[in-house]
Amino acid sequence: MAKKLISVTVNGRVHEKAVEPRTLLIHFLREELNLTGAHIGCETSHCGVCTVDVDGQSVKSCTLLAVQCDGGQVDTVEGLAQGGVLHAVQEGFYKEHGLQCGFCTPGMLMRAARFLQENPNPSEDEIRMGMSGNLCRCTGYQNIIKSIQYAAKKLQESATAAA
Amino acid sequence: MIPPRFEYHAPRSVGEAIALLGQLGSEAKLLAGGHSLLPMMKLRFAEPAHLIDINRIPELRGIRLEGQTLVIGAMTTENELINSALLQAHVPLLPEAAQMIADPQVRNRGTIGGDIAHGDPGNDHPALSIALNASFVLEGPKGRRTVAADDFFLGTYMTLLEENEVLCEIHVPAFAAGTGSAYEKLKRKTGDWATAGCAVVMRRQGGVVSEVRIALTNVAPTALRAEAAEQAILGKELSVANLQAAADAATAICDPAEDLRGDIEYKTAMAGQMVKRALVKAFGRCA
Amino acid sequence: MNAPILSAEARELALAGMGASRLRKEDARFIQGKGNYVDDIKMAGMLHMDIVRAPVAHARIKRINKEAALAMPGVHAVLTAEDLKPLKLHWMPTLAGDVQAVLADGKVHFQMQEVAIVIADDRYIAADAAAAVEVEYEELEAVIDPYAALQPGAPVIREDLAGKTEGAHGKRDHHNHIFTWDAGDKAAADAAFANAPVTVSQHMYYPRVHPCPLETCGCVASFDPIRGELTTYITSQAPHVVRTVVSMLSGIPESKVRIVSPDIGGGFGNKVGIYPGYVCAIVASIVLGRPVKWVEDRMENISSTAFARDYHMDGELAATPDGKILGLRVNVIADHGAFDACADPTKFPAGMFHICSGSYDIPAAHCSVKGVYTNKTPGGVAYRCSFRVTEAVYLIERMVDVLAQKLNMDKAEIRAKNFIQKEQFPYTSAFGFEYDSGDYQTALTKVLDAVDYPALRAEQAAKRADPDSPTLMGIGLVTFTEVVGAGPSKICDILGVGMFDSCEIRIHPTGSAIARMGTITQGQGHQTTYAQIIATELGIPSEVIQVEEGDTSTAPYGLGTYGSRSTPVAGAAIAMAARKIHAKARKIAAHMLEVNEADLDWEVDRFKVKGDDAKFKTMAEVAWQAYHQPPAGLEPGLEAVHYYDPPNFTFPFGIYLCVLDIDRATGETKIRRFYALDDCGTRINPMIIEGQIHGGLTEGFAVAMGQQMPYDAQGNLLGNTLMDYFLPTAVETPHWETDHTVTPSPHHPIGAKGVAESPHVGSIPTFTAAIVDAFAHKGVTHLDMPHSAFRVWKSLKQHGLNL
Repeated sequence: MAKKLISVTVNGRVHEKAVEPRTLLIHFLREELNLTGAHIGCETSHCGVCTVDVDGQSVKSCTLLAVQCDGGQVDTVEGLAQGGVLHAVQEGFYKEHGLQCGFCTPGMLMRAARFLQENPNPSEDEIRMGMSGNLCRCTGYQNIIKSIQYAAKKLQESATAAA
Repeated sequence: MIPPRFEYHAPRSVGEAIALLGQLGSEAKLLAGGHSLLPMMKLRFAEPAHLIDINRIPELRGIRLEGQTLVIGAMTTENELINSALLQAHVPLLPEAAQMIADPQVRNRGTIGGDIAHGDPGNDHPALSIALNASFVLEGPKGRRTVAADDFFLGTYMTLLEENEVLCEIHVPAFAAGTGSAYEKLKRKTGDWATAGCAVVMRRQGGVVSEVRIALTNVAPTALRAEAAEQAILGKELSVANLQAAADAATAICDPAEDLRGDIEYKTAMAGQMVKRALVKAFGRCA
Repeated sequence: MNAPILSAEARELALAGMGASRLRKEDARFIQGKGNYVDDIKMAGMLHMDIVRAPVAHARIKRINKEAALAMPGVHAVLTAEDLKPLKLHWMPTLAGDVQAVLADGKVHFQMQEVAIVIADDRYIAADAAAAVEVEYEELEAVIDPYAALQPGAPVIREDLAGKTEGAHGKRDHHNHIFTWDAGDKAAADAAFANAPVTVSQHMYYPRVHPCPLETCGCVASFDPIRGELTTYITSQAPHVVRTVVSMLSGIPESKVRIVSPDIGGGFGNKVGIYPGYVCAIVASIVLGRPVKWVEDRMENISSTAFARDYHMDGELAATPDGKILGLRVNVIADHGAFDACADPTKFPAGMFHICSGSYDIPAAHCSVKGVYTNKTPGGVAYRCSFRVTEAVYLIERMVDVLAQKLNMDKAEIRAKNFIQKEQFPYTSAFGFEYDSGDYQTALTKVLDAVDYPALRAEQAAKRADPDSPTLMGIGLVTFTEVVGAGPSKICDILGVGMFDSCEIRIHPTGSAIARMGTITQGQGHQTTYAQIIATELGIPSEVIQVEEGDTSTAPYGLGTYGSRSTPVAGAAIAMAARKIHAKARKIAAHMLEVNEADLDWEVDRFKVKGDDAKFKTMAEVAWQAYHQPPAGLEPGLEAVHYYDPPNFTFPFGIYLCVLDIDRATGETKIRRFYALDDCGTRINPMIIEGQIHGGLTEGFAVAMGQQMPYDAQGNLLGNTLMDYFLPTAVETPHWETDHTVTPSPHHPIGAKGVAESPHVGSIPTFTAAIVDAFAHKGVTHLDMPHSAFRVWKSLKQHGLNL
């Protein structure tokens, strides 16, 4: 079985690798690129702990083939902080106790960051809907909601300040 | 968790995809959103030797208005349906119903075409298409043909789509002014298939229903058009008795599979409930 | 020292010690994707293991054909029970005194049981190889129902126990019988019932469910053939126990076995037991001389690892006509699956089930639990249950409601009437537990006032009077006491190792510290809360106290984290170790200040000379002195270790109230309000406690409202993926209201009781109570879980309440 050569930009860096067509994006990230932030929690595309950003969209990387990302752009939790400065969602999860065991956290953060781009001023119900593709067993979601509300506020304030 | 090996093809045009289908026959499967196919492959319930990825075919994308018809590319994702200003204006049922399908991440990949072509009785777009009186443009080696949604669904995983054809477009009549619609989907949790679902598109004249199409999700081997239910409510007002008559006519044709969502009695009863709710909601939205 | 002296309050704030809702020290790595979970670990030369599992529940294995798998490039080995036999590792002891097949030895006992392992270069090849192993099965009749299993002609599940009339817990009187365990006084209970004016009885089933943490189980086993040392990174809630067991099984001395629990993505009791997968990976590593990684997938996790509950309970209460309980009797059939792999303290095959007299002063009580084998996954104790306290609390809270309904008494009133009163503590129950402290009435009043209970009942009455009401309203009230903190070594041991726990603390010359314990966090925030305890005890900021757990080569021996035991046992060890340091520090400070020890006061972070505020030495200054020039007679350094053998369990309690509305058309339930008041004694970090409560309530919600593990008659487990196994998303999960009272444990050094399982233990009967309460006006006394829309609708239909 011939491998395919793909070129994928991950967190701003271009990677050229030969992969089997069946290699799942999650395994490409974790095994080939040693980006172990995104995790695996199920094999039926329910749990969302594998969530990353592909070409500007939240995607479950366990249900995408690496070859499908050839020429594309993938962003993972390792790329969220910029220049040592935490992203607003990372700060929010820390300040509002939005994590306990941490296993769902990278997926939550990547989804939350993209969600707030889609909906910068969400209601609580919209946050719950927007995060409904990410399961958590530890927090009961309540502090995750608060974390995202914190981040939304911080992003709004930065946007106002910048304006 | 790990799919078996396969050869991967990524055609850039519908013609190329059809040629590949012709070459590879039953050994090949089309990869659209992948959120039905890839999980099946990871569990090794499906082991196609070839995957034909149709995500890079521009002709299969986009939503446009041609006269009074919305032309929706088969590879339009659920999120694109939700965010489409054209659909919100002309066929609001689709953006609204798409929000009830799966979850945000899956909606970025799952496509209306994949949802229709798979022939899974649990999918939502078949009933929605029937209620919308949609038609599907299929392309094969002999060219294109158009099939009405009413005729397309034959059985579980069985549709009129031939093995060597690709579903290219979904054509939906734009709502005439005053049209009301609703999709009522009972589910155990977010992301689940329907325990029972009902799509309604209707118009009213004064206090009575002047036009109506009713379709049911996941209460039979395929999506069902509930014609007797339509007849039971056509020309009538939405009284408790009339609603019940429509629900009863709908439940009479239900043939759900018993599973962990419920037994036959429950699913059938819920189909009736969803019919009533969808009729009431759609009627309330009619102008 | 000319720096301005901050006030005691300011200094206390700066410590961020006990009672502070300080942010977590462990978060930095998790929010940046730098956690270190088992599947993140890569070692040079590492191979991957996959498991071939039985598709049927009960069968003989006729033939295993490894050829096709072995022929695949990149496959290093395919092993079966036959290969493990020479090592005597094809069977292993369980934590409950039974034995379990590591790889099926000629016979399959449950669906998805491990039959063979393949080792390959990577996980993709391993998956292909596993699929290529051919196994021929001869199916046998499966026994799924434990009552059927106990019938005379029932199929024999455990042929390996043929002829054994004694099990680890006493006599076995049937080939599928495991044990019968009793507690309480049967004669006294029978007498109470014989003379009682009122008796009620209720059968109830607590369904089999699964903890389903988001990270599945796995390990990386690495045997170094040159050093003769085994290192295993493993998802374990009890790494030291694993080390001891692995040493016993492998013959490698414990001194050459290193078990490391790295970051763990949720445990909830799913990661206590030693699974065949771990043993196989270790064997494979030893045989191949290379590291071997095994990580299960979700279906394997749900289908083959420790399940929870599966208790068929018959409860009875005897009472006076005005609702005073005179006696309690309980009989339980406990379905343990094919092997008794329960993680209970050795002497308690039914865990702490005998806490089932609850928060009530019941003079006479007896319970009997009969363990049974069936062709299902082995286990029984898991999922935040505090060793069967979930089952016990469920039983008594349901029974009290049944009694209330029989007597037409208010469900809050009957509880208050039967509470153990504050003055009665310490209270010895009819089952012999000595409850340490409690004030149930204050807590109950607080909750009822907060929700305006009378108004809720009035609203419910009005809705009941309206036949067209689209919903049924239910109010569920649970007043639970749990028993945690296992436990005193004279009664609590795991495979003979007493259930103490440990802490060692070392303060560095420049005033920061490192501390290690025998427990292991899986999200409970130990790196923060443990540092907070030390901060308050020793006056060093929690920010500079480094907490480590999980590496058996460095951490003092402990029994791990489950059953809410960390704070009660390790937390006590931490305080005691800190106090040893404190005592030495006092001596050093006295020497530095040239006074007697008796002339010193301790204030927040310093020893002050009585009556002279200007003369003091901070703990940091003392630490330097300890390394610089300790006083004569004292060793240099400033450290201590303490192994704490608790004198008793601890008894956290709670009052939970739920208001819900059932849609009469669909059976769907909307949780309108959930008010949870918890009393865990001294509260170390309120923010962390609240987070634990939210999580436990959400798990409880899932259990009560949708989780199940249905088996068909052939023993096929239906719904073993997340499509069907109900894990609620943020959309389904209700909003939680939390509250607290503080009733410290008098026997605990810091008065803390442990809390993390209470919300799970207490919420499940609360949801059930509310659902049943919604139907109570129709005479319904009980409805089994899960209260899915489907099941509730069937009940609505049965009672003519559906719309």
